[in-house]
Amino acid sequence: MTKKKDGISVNLVSRQKLDEFSSAEKLEFILKEVQKGKVLVLEHGLTPMEQTELIAHTMKEIKQDTFIGIEMEGYGEDKPSIIQKILGVIKKPRMTVIGPADLLKTVRKDSNMIQTRIIPGRGAE
Amino acid sequence: MGLFGKTSFAFILHRIFGKKHAKIGIYGPPNVGKTTLANRILRDWTGDIMGSVSEIPHETRIAKWKKDVKVENGNSSLYMDIVDTPGIATKVDYKEFMNTFGLSKDESKQRAKEATEGVIESIRWLEDVDGVLLVMDATQDPFTQVNVTILGNLEARKLPVLIAANKIDMEDSSPATLKSAFPQHPVIPISALTGYNSENLYTKMVDHFGKKRRKKRR
Repeated sequence: MTKKKDGISVNLVSRQKLDEFSSAEKLEFILKEVQKGKVLVLEHGLTPMEQTELIAHTMKEIKQDTFIGIEMEGYGEDKPSIIQKILGVIKKPRMTVIGPADLLKTVRKDSNMIQTRIIPGRGAE
Repeated sequence: MGLFGKTSFAFILHRIFGKKHAKIGIYGPPNVGKTTLANRILRDWTGDIMGSVSEIPHETRIAKWKKDVKVENGNSSLYMDIVDTPGIATKVDYKEFMNTFGLSKDESKQRAKEATEGVIESIRWLEDVDGVLLVMDATQDPFTQVNVTILGNLEARKLPVLIAANKIDMEDSSPATLKSAFPQHPVIPISALTGYNSENLYTKMVDHFGKKRRKKRR
């Protein structure tokens, strides 16, 4: 990952953009952006299966002096109501933040807030 | 007492509806005591051990398994293949092994490389297990992304899960926090190191993993 002094890119990715991707394309997009040193905030996050796949892909991409992995925090899927279940409404996972592990640190997470810290002097513009 | 005593009735039910054999993966983040627990189970039921343990994370970097471990619970029993998996993490930094644990640069890099391969192997094993013993450190915040991701994955696969709230011999442990974090799953407080409450864990394992279920394959 290229280290830049001037600033860090934090990209908010809309659900429309994410919906355009297949699962594999989504993971490829996320990992490429994170490897460039960007922090991504996904409007709706990854399913647990996708998260597991992302971890496996990340492990394959680790380069010991430049990319040590990812930091990822998000909220799970809302439980659908009985009516939504009958209507076949699929609930998507809620917001997720993902970034390079040497740039993004989770400070605290509860049911209402994910508090992270970005380490300055690293990451992509 | 009727035709069958209570115990024998349960025994008959288990014979009809229960499983005889299950492959159980021991999962969790690094350094929560997975191998210590695997060693405890094997020592108690076979007299053997699974592998070495260390305070340095990612000591287990290749999955190890022991076949046909017979765990008994009164009149019922279950043969288990116990799989001790490498810890799952979202990052592996070789510098942590150097700076925190004093390993040489070469040793650290090699350990980190093997650790990344171990994580991938653990994830692959999820396809092949019938149930999971998810080990969490009861002294730590349980609501980590790795714990949440593993649990979500197991729920999506409809795999039975038992959460072992390990390290309750430590003063600052709080298995109650863990129970309230994951109320949808059975949580068994244990100390894999001392063996405290392991009998209760074995009872739950035979009961929980012995039930016949339909497993969702991807």
